Amino acid sequence: METVVALVVILVAGAFWWLWRQRIFEKPWLTHGPLEDHPSHNIRRVPAAKTGLFLFLVIVTSLFSLFISAYFDRMDLADWRPAPEPVLLWVNTFALILGSVAMQWAWSGARRNDVITMQRGLIAAGVLTTGFVVGQIWAWFQLTGAGFGLQSNPASAFFYVLTGVHGLHMIGGMYVWLRTVRRLLAREELERVGGAIELCKTYWHYLLIVWLVLFGLLLST
Amino acid sequence: MAYVSIAERGQEISHPHSFITKYIWSQDHKVIAIQYGIVSISVGVVAMILSALMRLQLGFPDTFSLISPNEYYQFVTMHGMIMVVYLLTALFLGGFGNYLIPLMLGARDMVFPYLNMLSFWVYLLSVIILMASFFVPGGPTGAGWTLYPPQAILPGTPGSEYGILLMLISLGVFIVAFTMGGLNYVTTVLQARTHGMTLMRMPLSIWGIFTATVLGLLAFPALLVSAIMMTFDRLLGTSFFMPAIVSLGENLDYKGGSPVLFQHLFWFFGHPEVYIVALPAFGIVSDLLSVHARKNIFGYRMMVWAIVSIGGLSFIVWAHHMYVSGMNPYFGFFFATTTLIIAVPTAIKVYNWVLTLWQGNIHLRVPMLFAIGFIFTFTHGGLTGLFLGNVVIDLPLSDTYFVIGHFHMVMGVSPVLVLFGAIYHWYPKITGKMYNETMGKWHFWMTLFGTYAIYLPMHYLGFLGVPRRYYAYSGTDFIPESAQIANQGITIAAIFVALTQLLFFANMIWGLVSGPKASGNPWGATTLEWLTKETPPVHGNWGEDTPTVHRWAYDFSVPGHEEDFIPQTTPRPEGEQSEPT
Repeated sequence: METVVALVVILVAGAFWWLWRQRIFEKPWLTHGPLEDHPSHNIRRVPAAKTGLFLFLVIVTSLFSLFISAYFDRMDLADWRPAPEPVLLWVNTFALILGSVAMQWAWSGARRNDVITMQRGLIAAGVLTTGFVVGQIWAWFQLTGAGFGLQSNPASAFFYVLTGVHGLHMIGGMYVWLRTVRRLLAREELERVGGAIELCKTYWHYLLIVWLVLFGLLLST
Repeated sequence: MAYVSIAERGQEISHPHSFITKYIWSQDHKVIAIQYGIVSISVGVVAMILSALMRLQLGFPDTFSLISPNEYYQFVTMHGMIMVVYLLTALFLGGFGNYLIPLMLGARDMVFPYLNMLSFWVYLLSVIILMASFFVPGGPTGAGWTLYPPQAILPGTPGSEYGILLMLISLGVFIVAFTMGGLNYVTTVLQARTHGMTLMRMPLSIWGIFTATVLGLLAFPALLVSAIMMTFDRLLGTSFFMPAIVSLGENLDYKGGSPVLFQHLFWFFGHPEVYIVALPAFGIVSDLLSVHARKNIFGYRMMVWAIVSIGGLSFIVWAHHMYVSGMNPYFGFFFATTTLIIAVPTAIKVYNWVLTLWQGNIHLRVPMLFAIGFIFTFTHGGLTGLFLGNVVIDLPLSDTYFVIGHFHMVMGVSPVLVLFGAIYHWYPKITGKMYNETMGKWHFWMTLFGTYAIYLPMHYLGFLGVPRRYYAYSGTDFIPESAQIANQGITIAAIFVALTQLLFFANMIWGLVSGPKASGNPWGATTLEWLTKETPPVHGNWGEDTPTVHRWAYDFSVPGHEEDFIPQTTPRPEGEQSEPT
């Protein structure tokens, strides 16, 4: 539960800082006029989809923090036996890092309106991420084959749940990736496709960080 | 730089062309709000009927044999879960959140209208899955709304075959729906506010809904995590929560799991859930009191800060639901302290509501009656919460009717009174018609006294040690005969309150069919939703231009001003003084 309390403290501090910046201490009955330069209007200029994605990532952070918290709690009990991590996970991790780099590359192309780089970056990211997901499923089979099924011990059960939930988020990302590729191929306005690539890039980097945290957790326990 | 938001640009809103896109697959926040309202109230009526059946069993066990012990547990479970999640959460946020956020903030719609539409349909799917559990073999789960393992998934508990699975799946689907809606509400509040609508000019209704949504977005994942892990335990034989156990004389394969871990996860969701329901009620009741007392809300800033700090604190009190779980006593001390600290901002709010009424020009219209009724029931439920927040008092009272009395007062009756008040308050705007005032007043008084007749005696039953969740109490020495008389009285009051609600529905229907036409701003309110050109507001809300806000939302009875309210869009003339708060 320490993880959860730490997360709550960070969130509360972040919320307070943000609200303070929005002038939550001002006396509204004394203000008048449209206040166009008021700091609480600034956030409205950010694209809504970007804010939506940011909020979504906060929710996903909450989800994984709670899984990790549950992991630590369950680990303290007597029947916990560490499960081995298939070597394949290193390969998968490498693929996901490259996938994230490819997304960044596509985004750098989008900033220069370079369609070729956008296409190549997106395709590379898609192939590498598909490789990651397939590799994760393969790792499941390897672990099951080695006698560490879902029921064998809580550590391996957590392995399947954590990789599964992360994989589902990756697959959700692939759906948006597919739509972005289709929009690029349909020669939609480059600025709009670039916006979609930027969101994909952020999401990919974020899920890479989540995976690195999860992988680190699995390796160290 | 002049700012043009997504919600402001009329051409970006999807324009409906047929009956289906206008009323069924609608992306208009007002239609979605009404859809949420109808479904949540319908499912709430089902939950109310379940409670009436339970009360008949408890009050007159020898006269009515309508339900079996298994059904009693199933109805207890379904009643609790439906009321908390599928009615209150959905109606406050999906219903009023959807209706009020864009209108009160001067936006044309939510920022993601398509996602908003999906949110409703996925919510409806979750309700259908939940209701389906009544029709599967074994019926719905009877595990209690807290779904504690190990009993929730073991044979012997009603619905352990399919009911529990449908419950867990339904909750998962509900969380998806809530996330889609919640992302919309928060992003809209942040980004679609019209010109001049700073955060500190937002009405308190929006502050309550906004903060509650943030809580929901952070807390519902805990329910999702526990639902996923329990589904694994039930279906795939993992032992996340399940300890080694003998069930019906048979050694099961589970070993080493922690039921208390489930409780931690459940209540990390469950306690903020109380405030997910309460904060919108706090916000809305503040606006009702201010409008109908013709007075600015007392201590607006303090009210905002209290909403935000209650929201923050609600995440570090969860284990006060678990004092009897055998956890470390030092944890108990910590959680009792944080729980009692929450009483401070909550009490500030209660004082401010009362001080708003002080020397106000009080109009005892129907919404105002419900708002004042809320102050009573909430204070009552809040004070008994202070009892239960203390470990030493909670231990003997745990699992007794005192707890039932407490939480029904504080998060059953109180939010429901606000919901009624809110429906009566915004009904003229939503429908363009007016209901019957006298019938509304009868509805209020009968509901208020009726609910007191139900829940006040429960506190005494709790002091006697009458345990909750029992199908029948016959032959129990420590429970006196008089407890059964109290139970009969409670049942009669419960049936009375349930039937009283027919008045409400009759009034709503009468208003729609033959009620007089309502004016655009019948209460003389200042906020933007009352300033739309058409009533009810049309698609896009504002015609050519979105409104520009010049002042805060509570300029009532300003000295020197002819009328007793000044709309938020009215520019401030030189030299005008606003009454200081």
